[in-house]
Amino acid sequence: MLIPHPLLGLRDAQEFTYLGDARLIDRPDGMAEGAEAAFAEYVYLRDNPAGVHRELWFHEQGDRSWLIVTRDTVTHEILGAELARNVALAANGGEA
Amino acid sequence: MTRLSGGLIDRSRSLNFTFDGRKLTGHPGDTLASALLANDVRLMGRSFKYHRPRGLIAAGSEEPNALVELRGGARQEPNTRATVAELFDGLDARSQNRIGSLRFDLLAVNDLFSPFFAAGFYYKTFMWPKAFWEKLYEPAIRRAAGLGSLSMQADPDAYDKGFLHCDLLVIGGGAAGLAAAQAAARSGARVILADEDFRLGGRLMAETHLLDDAPATGWVSGVEEELASLPNLRIMRRTTVFGAFDHGIYGAVERVADHLPEPGDKPRQTLWRITAKRAVLAAGAVERHIPFANNDRPGIMLAGAMRAFANRWAVSPAARVAIFTNNDDGHRTAIDLAAKGVDIAGVIDSRDNVTAMGSYPVFAGGVVSDAKGRLGLTQVEVTQNGRSQWIDCGALGVSGGWNPNLHLASHHRGRPVWDEALQSFVPAKDGPPGLIVAGAANGQGSTAAALRSGAEAAVQALGELDITATLPDLPQAEDVVSKPHALWHVPGRGRAWVDFQNDVTVKDIKLAHQENMRPVEHLKRWTTLGMATDQGKTANVTALAIMSELTGKPIPETGTTIFRPPYSGVSLSVLGGGNTAEHFRPRRLTPTHHWAEAQGAVFVEVGPWMRAQYFPRPGETHWRQTVDREVLATREGVGICDVTTLGKVDVQGADAGEFLNRLYCNGMKTLKTGMVRYGLMLREDGIAWDDGTCARLAEDHYVVTTTTAQAGPVYRHMEFARQCLWPEMDVQLISTTDAWAQVSVAGPNARRLLERIMDEGVDISNEAFPFMACKSLTICGGLRARLFRISFSGELAYEVAVPTRYGNALMQRLIETGADLGATPYGTEALGALRIEKGHAAGNELNGQTSPQMLGMDRMVSTKKDSIGAVMSRREGLAADTRRLVGLQPVDSAQPVLAGMHLFTEGAAQNTETDQGWITSACYSPHVGSAIGLGFLARGDERMGEVITGANPLDQQQVALRVVSPHFVDPDGGRLRD
Repeated sequence: MLIPHPLLGLRDAQEFTYLGDARLIDRPDGMAEGAEAAFAEYVYLRDNPAGVHRELWFHEQGDRSWLIVTRDTVTHEILGAELARNVALAANGGEA
Repeated sequence: MTRLSGGLIDRSRSLNFTFDGRKLTGHPGDTLASALLANDVRLMGRSFKYHRPRGLIAAGSEEPNALVELRGGARQEPNTRATVAELFDGLDARSQNRIGSLRFDLLAVNDLFSPFFAAGFYYKTFMWPKAFWEKLYEPAIRRAAGLGSLSMQADPDAYDKGFLHCDLLVIGGGAAGLAAAQAAARSGARVILADEDFRLGGRLMAETHLLDDAPATGWVSGVEEELASLPNLRIMRRTTVFGAFDHGIYGAVERVADHLPEPGDKPRQTLWRITAKRAVLAAGAVERHIPFANNDRPGIMLAGAMRAFANRWAVSPAARVAIFTNNDDGHRTAIDLAAKGVDIAGVIDSRDNVTAMGSYPVFAGGVVSDAKGRLGLTQVEVTQNGRSQWIDCGALGVSGGWNPNLHLASHHRGRPVWDEALQSFVPAKDGPPGLIVAGAANGQGSTAAALRSGAEAAVQALGELDITATLPDLPQAEDVVSKPHALWHVPGRGRAWVDFQNDVTVKDIKLAHQENMRPVEHLKRWTTLGMATDQGKTANVTALAIMSELTGKPIPETGTTIFRPPYSGVSLSVLGGGNTAEHFRPRRLTPTHHWAEAQGAVFVEVGPWMRAQYFPRPGETHWRQTVDREVLATREGVGICDVTTLGKVDVQGADAGEFLNRLYCNGMKTLKTGMVRYGLMLREDGIAWDDGTCARLAEDHYVVTTTTAQAGPVYRHMEFARQCLWPEMDVQLISTTDAWAQVSVAGPNARRLLERIMDEGVDISNEAFPFMACKSLTICGGLRARLFRISFSGELAYEVAVPTRYGNALMQRLIETGADLGATPYGTEALGALRIEKGHAAGNELNGQTSPQMLGMDRMVSTKKDSIGAVMSRREGLAADTRRLVGLQPVDSAQPVLAGMHLFTEGAAQNTETDQGWITSACYSPHVGSAIGLGFLARGDERMGEVITGANPLDQQQVALRVVSPHFVDPDGGRLRD
């Protein structure tokens, strides 16, 4: 597989390490009320779609960027890749 | 049989080879198969299950029968198809799957018992008694139903891996492939042309068709010459593209030196990973046969193969041959062989009202219904208008139409589509993106159509890349489409083979139908159809058609078969490439490796690293002697150990403290500059994950360490936290594991030794540099270094870090300077013993199953802040676990303690319900004077002094163990602080 790295262009998937569902970037606040239930869901519950999936890949043999790659799990077509840091910053209301 | 005229062999030279010890000769250009035929050898193997005598079916890589063993010694190579083995001088080939000689195989008795070996026989026959399976049935079946044998020696040859990139990959160098390559290459695009044969031309080499009124070889060599002259095109002969993978990546094996007696300085084979923006699949087609009774007699082969042997290799399997066909293509074989002087006994054509296309007898509306000649065909039975007659012939060519070679097009699960007019499956439109199928592989089998569709495919593919290519002037060629009459098998008594390699007959398919194994997936598994090494290339479609006949449903409704990589067998050696033995993965050496080697150290693999395990001295006869000495030298004088392999991560930025506070379960923000703190990282599910030290070198600068094994994963996790969880923080990370060499200096004399290498004005007295202090400083006259007062051994200890290139010199300097202080190098064994004596957790305790509570570190998990894993570490399930880390000491000091022993209350039954825990680490402790262990024990913290049982049921061992504090050495920590 080839992954279109937003900074480096097409890179072979062998350079990357896979983590899983991109929702892992939405970590609950451990000091909030009801944190244990939120964490139980965060740690153990994942969607496993046959189709479009947003997932985390780490460019370990490269520039060490974490990417969010949008991939069709049925066809392996890659629909896009973003820097996870930019996505996380935008989600936190910061600037990418 | 002598050679026929013509052919593409070099008659000026002869090559000697042997088959089953017989000395034979052939010519350059021959395959083993053609050379054997030229020497009148028709019997080439025994079938898999029934050990029926078998000869060639095909002339190419689809061959199911003629599997042979090549070469001898360590290069012995089983299961090579004789049709793809290029002949070389001195080739030693042997038949396989036989006991006794090929002509009198003792296992042929299996054939007499064939009623017992019908479809599904293993599932039905060898059921009872159960114990017989492993001891009796399986070994017997394996011996009887075998393929070739292995040399059982290491392969002496080198294999390689390579990477290629191109705009267009053309798979197959026949008419379509050559036209595609020519069109593409002229556009300037980067093109790779790969063909599995050693000679380009594909089917053009096997036919007598004219191109522009001249033999096709002329056009082929013209194109070949042009392509060879272009720098943007690479021709790869002897290269099989075996798989289409994601995003335009293709796997290919180049048989670099398979055609040479020995590879010399070349790799034997190379595995290529080809990244192609577009690809044209021009793999041609494979002819199908028509099953009839005893259709596996040696000498019965595909008509197209017979023609290929005659035209390309100038050899006929017999002086008198017959043809059995359901289409016009079969007649071509008769015409071509007749032209070379072979006697044609007749063409048996299942179609009514057909006439001869040359001077040979035609049996219109006839079929071949039986065959004679166990070791070589002698007669076939022709049935016509209800009457049968035997006709003499030494070989029979069978043509049942052609199946497009669409394998790669279905590697992404694209299902082939049935084409009623062609009576064959053609590639699906939803094949791998970027792959266009052309020529016979796409059902465009006439020479003219193949040429045109190949060139058009290339133009279209490059057009999608905005590269303009134009159609080349293509030669005039025949444009006859041969439509087969739907005859899938000849009904009648006797066994008619469908899948030769796995011995599946028409009867087996009928049985599968009766037993309701009708879906094609069930049919395949019940009968083993298509499951042999040839993947049913000559069998699957025929079997499907027979099943369709039985169910009364049309073929497309009966099912389709799709294919998976590899297209043909790929050796494990080439998949491994150079990654064998010590090259299996990168091997990392520590900065002091060469010094340790010179000291005679014994090394051990620790993750990717080679570390010194212990340093034997003259006179020491057992590793324990050495390790005990190293442990005691450290406890009594000073020991020195390379600890570079621990992961080091440099953390800098205004938010570095806050960042680490969230990563470690204990607080790191409050750590004072110039101090070090032990840190425990949890996984988000609350399980202990990794530990190390955190040193604060400046307000905004920390250096943290990880365990050796987790250095990579922890760094990845830290980057995840930085980029994905807390991107707004001002913090930067870099792994500095390789930048700093680090040695541990431990023991009562550690400070005295280190003072000798400190530069002037550096004060490391206990007051100036207390336990857990850290500092950047210079040593040995200006060498920048970092000093950490941390201890894994429980002794007064330091770790000194210097730039990696000085690591070796630092080690030498410490050993030399400290000779009078007893400076002794120690390895990982002593390191382990020292930490077990001290009760420090390491990888065995942090094994991914243990919680901070179990490690006795639950109070470290701060409740005042959020950190990874903190919330989940407090969940009920983990909190309820009472197992705690304890020390264990045998009551009888002569008794052993073994890691992995399970712990039980003394006298209790020993089972999973009564299991109280397990021993994680054990060693002999020279300090205690017996074996000791660390382990997790239920309510361990409340059971100090109790005697329990350590059990190792595998060896019937039972040891009485006393529960003690895990700190066998200096429990108060006084030594650390002196």
